[in-house]
Amino acid sequence: MDGGLSGQDPACGAGGRAGSRAAAAAALGAGLGGSVQVRHVDAGSCNGCEIEIGQAFGPVYDAERHGVRLVASPRHADVLTVTGPVTVNMAQPLRATYEAMPRPRLVVAVGDCARDCGVFAGGHGVLGPVGDVVPVDVRVPGCPPEPAAIVAALRGVSGR
Amino acid sequence: MNPVAAALGAAFALAGSGAIAALPAPARWGPAVVGAATAGVGIAGAAAGGAAVSGTVWQAYLPDLLPLAGVRLAVDPLAGWFLLLVGGVAAVVGVYTIGYLGRDGHGPAARGALAVLPVFVAAMLLVPAAGSVSTFLLAWELMAVTSLLLVLGEHRHSPAVRTAGLWYAAMTQAGFVTVLLGLTRLAAAAGGESFAAIRAAGAGLSPVTAGGVFLLCLAGFASKAGAVPLHPWLPRAHAEAPSHVSALMSAAMVKLGVYGIVRVGFDLLGGGARWWWLLLGALGAVSALYGILQAAVATDLKRLLAFSTSENVGLILLGLAAAGVWAGAGQDGVAGVALAAALLHAANHAGFKTLLFCGAGSVLRSTGTRDLDALGGLSRRMPATTALFTVGALCAAALPPGNGFVSEWLLLQALLHQAPQAGTVLTVAAPVAVAVVALTAGVGVATYVKVLGTGFLARPRGDGAATAVESPRSMLVAMGLAAAACAGLAIVPVVAAPALERIAGELRAGPELFAGGGVDLRLAGIGSIVSPLWVAVGVIGLAVGFAAAGRALGRARRRAPAWDCGDGPLTARMEYTATSFAEPLQRVFDDVLAPEQDVDVTPAAESAYIVRAVAYRRRLPDRIEAHLYGPVIAAADAVGRAGRRLANGSVHRYLAYMLAALVAVLVAGVIR
Amino acid sequence: MSAWVTAAVQAVLVAAVAPLVIGLMRAVRARLEGRAGGRLAQPWRDLRKQLRKEPVIPADAGMFFTAAPVVLMATSVLVAGAAPYLSTAGPLPGVADLVVVVGLLLLGTVALALAGLDTGTAFGGMGASREMTIAALVEPTLLLAVFALSTRVGATDLGAIVAAGATDPARVFTPAGALAAAALAIATLAEAGRLPVDNPATHLELTMVHEAMVLEYAGRDLALVEWAASMRLTILLGLLANLFIPWGVASGAQPAALVLAAGVFVVKLAALGGLVAAGEVFVAKLRLFRVPELLAGSFVLGLLAVIASSVLA
Repeated sequence: MDGGLSGQDPACGAGGRAGSRAAAAAALGAGLGGSVQVRHVDAGSCNGCEIEIGQAFGPVYDAERHGVRLVASPRHADVLTVTGPVTVNMAQPLRATYEAMPRPRLVVAVGDCARDCGVFAGGHGVLGPVGDVVPVDVRVPGCPPEPAAIVAALRGVSGR
Repeated sequence: MNPVAAALGAAFALAGSGAIAALPAPARWGPAVVGAATAGVGIAGAAAGGAAVSGTVWQAYLPDLLPLAGVRLAVDPLAGWFLLLVGGVAAVVGVYTIGYLGRDGHGPAARGALAVLPVFVAAMLLVPAAGSVSTFLLAWELMAVTSLLLVLGEHRHSPAVRTAGLWYAAMTQAGFVTVLLGLTRLAAAAGGESFAAIRAAGAGLSPVTAGGVFLLCLAGFASKAGAVPLHPWLPRAHAEAPSHVSALMSAAMVKLGVYGIVRVGFDLLGGGARWWWLLLGALGAVSALYGILQAAVATDLKRLLAFSTSENVGLILLGLAAAGVWAGAGQDGVAGVALAAALLHAANHAGFKTLLFCGAGSVLRSTGTRDLDALGGLSRRMPATTALFTVGALCAAALPPGNGFVSEWLLLQALLHQAPQAGTVLTVAAPVAVAVVALTAGVGVATYVKVLGTGFLARPRGDGAATAVESPRSMLVAMGLAAAACAGLAIVPVVAAPALERIAGELRAGPELFAGGGVDLRLAGIGSIVSPLWVAVGVIGLAVGFAAAGRALGRARRRAPAWDCGDGPLTARMEYTATSFAEPLQRVFDDVLAPEQDVDVTPAAESAYIVRAVAYRRRLPDRIEAHLYGPVIAAADAVGRAGRRLANGSVHRYLAYMLAALVAVLVAGVIR
Repeated sequence: MSAWVTAAVQAVLVAAVAPLVIGLMRAVRARLEGRAGGRLAQPWRDLRKQLRKEPVIPADAGMFFTAAPVVLMATSVLVAGAAPYLSTAGPLPGVADLVVVVGLLLLGTVALALAGLDTGTAFGGMGASREMTIAALVEPTLLLAVFALSTRVGATDLGAIVAAGATDPARVFTPAGALAAAALAIATLAEAGRLPVDNPATHLELTMVHEAMVLEYAGRDLALVEWAASMRLTILLGLLANLFIPWGVASGAQPAALVLAAGVFVVKLAALGGLVAAGEVFVAKLRLFRVPELLAGSFVLGLLAVIASSVLA
């Protein structure tokens, strides 16, 4: 079953690999060594990206086989995934979450909104993209990005 | 001169001079004088005890000291064990008192109340030293009265103290009456009132007389020891008394109830029937379980410690019961182990309960409250007190490597023993007793985690705790002494082995309890070994090693605000309190504790569906007290009210009563 | 001397195998759920990474918070070294005592519960409260279950109990043994925080027990806590294995016997771990206030085991 899945592994697509090469280097510097614990923050997303992230950890894409796990506390996390444009009310919680994580810590901005506010740019209550609030290490484009792209980004970070 | 005699003489002389010196001493020096005198009495008493447990016995008859019977003193190893225990506690508490009542101290510095303290300690030393029924009863009553005066020390401050004093006075005097009846009946049956004479005649008593005497004495002694259901005075008196008095009462005085049971049951009556000990075991089991359950849900720090005293006394009584049962079944070796477990646990409990009550006193003095729900954050403001209290709590929770663990281990060894042909009752009773001890230990751990975690750690939940300051040095030194004693008993319990073997031998139990030398506690008859030293070295060594390795190899620690889910800072009101901590346990043991809960929902004026306020109240009354003592008190009250009608203030009526009484006496005389 | 080597080998083996047991259980679970799952060594990778990361301490916490991971680890290593896993002749018979082992495990639980309260967060207190409630009911069961086996050797020395089982396996498979095994199995699940008592993979704080206490730990501290937690599971499963499947345990310190014992031990652990993981797929977590009913049931089983062992002895 393992072989079958990896044979048709969508994450092996060229785009996924290329997008995360720089991140892989960053991750190796961070010493994550094939283990990534992820804390997710919805900073104002329409929840489309959340559905895709959920799929990334589901049975089909199964990010766990690459050493990626979702955790319950930012204290346990190495990677912060952020979705959506950062709203005014979520800016401080996002900053607090980042501050609560132990170093080394990485931020993965998932989706177009997280990169540049997407369709919500200039909207009421929108503060700006994630990069304005916390330093972003990896960006995953797409509205919403495919689970494969998310898995690829996380694999890049984990180095596996 | 006999060292026991010298030390005891010094103790009584010091107690007298201390009490007399306290009366004229200026207010600022009073506590220091009394504290020093009490500590001196304690040290002298402990010295006497130490000499006695190492084999020096002493007897004396002082016919001129008191009219009629005179005073008879006899100190054997068993008495020595309790002298050592009382003396040790008093020495620590004496030092503690200097700071506790001293300048800008807490509680009453009234001279009378001060002067009673050394006398109380002397009375407690006299109880085990007594060698005859009359001397014993005298010492017992002196101890009861002086302790009552001390309990009432703060009666001007709160009505709860007066209620506690009333309960204590009534129960201790009722207990005294039953002991008086029992011992005088015993002396009459034995044809002599000295313990030696009774001991000689003890085996020849009829089973009915012996059983009756045992029951009467057991009622009085168990009530003094705080065994459930004779306990209601204890949580009140221990909670409301000044803390140094609570420490003395809980750690030392309560143990003299245990002493009474051992002295009368094993020594004077020489064993007895199996049902005595099964009854005692049932009493112990109920005390242990009920005590720890009440402690687990208590939020008043001193009330909690008081219920924990009931629990520990329950475990001690279970040990005594096992000793009695096994001795009756001819298993002298196991009986000796059980007796040793009970006596060792008595000493261990004295150690950690002194420490805990002193710690509670420091908290009370510094924060002005004993409510755990209003405490917290003391580990920053009172670091030394917190560290010392932690030692006491670990010992009291019977966790290795604490001293409570060693004696509970011994107790389990004695209960686990299988006697061939023991009979159905024992085959069921022994495993049930094991289960009781195990469950008690489990709930006990949760209880002390609650005390330590909500009382001392994290953020302060009340103003008193937020402005707490560390205690004066004399109090810390006293607690340090108690902690050192606990650590000593915990790590090298073998030092107590020769004394325990001597006492067991004296009481006709197995002579050889422990095998071999070294630091391990190795049981001779049972193949079990425990080495508290290695446990302590292992845990502490490995923990320090891991910490050092982590610090050397890993990154430095960063301090950050606690994770608040990103939404504003956490406040102390969001912390778990003692009440919330104990809530799951309370729900698990709902049927036993039967809490009373009220939820009042106040809706807003506009709509019944909009809630303006919710009031939640929960009370955990002492069920046994309410159901057992409530009717008795109500009946006594009714009789009193009826009696009031007889005394309506009319002088003529009183003259008529007197006449009627005179006539009745004359008629009775004539008929006879 | 050789006994000390045995103890060191045992401690190292348990410490090394414990994360793999967790990895195996996750893998079994993933396969049964139709996923590929992580690798066996994934927990080791997680630990290696966490050990390198920065520990964080909450602003209001103190000594208790920083001391808890090392105390937890120390108690686990001590038990792993002393208890009879590879050889029944340990160097510290006074530590391999049943009551001492249960007490040491409880000491670790207490350290972690105090740390949870020390953080001053609501979740920390909640986890501590629940964990202690469960521990208060589990520890007696652990004691009672093994007591049932100790009556036949007349001592609470675990080495002696396992040795007696190895020499005369027929005496393990008695009604008392079956009752004790059932009680010990339930207690093991509860103590190690497995389903149906606690869900180790939960993300919902309100359903957490163990996880809620360790929410504040990060980096090295978290690694120690997780490592020790996995060691505790291995310790308990190993105890269950050696008490009730009493074959293959060495009686001395001969290297060949130890190697064989290590192999048998790992196989037993894998079998038990796989069994637990497979069982977990089919059960849901119990409501918190249904857990005491389960534990009370196991407590009664333990009591019956002790009574049965003395009646039928």
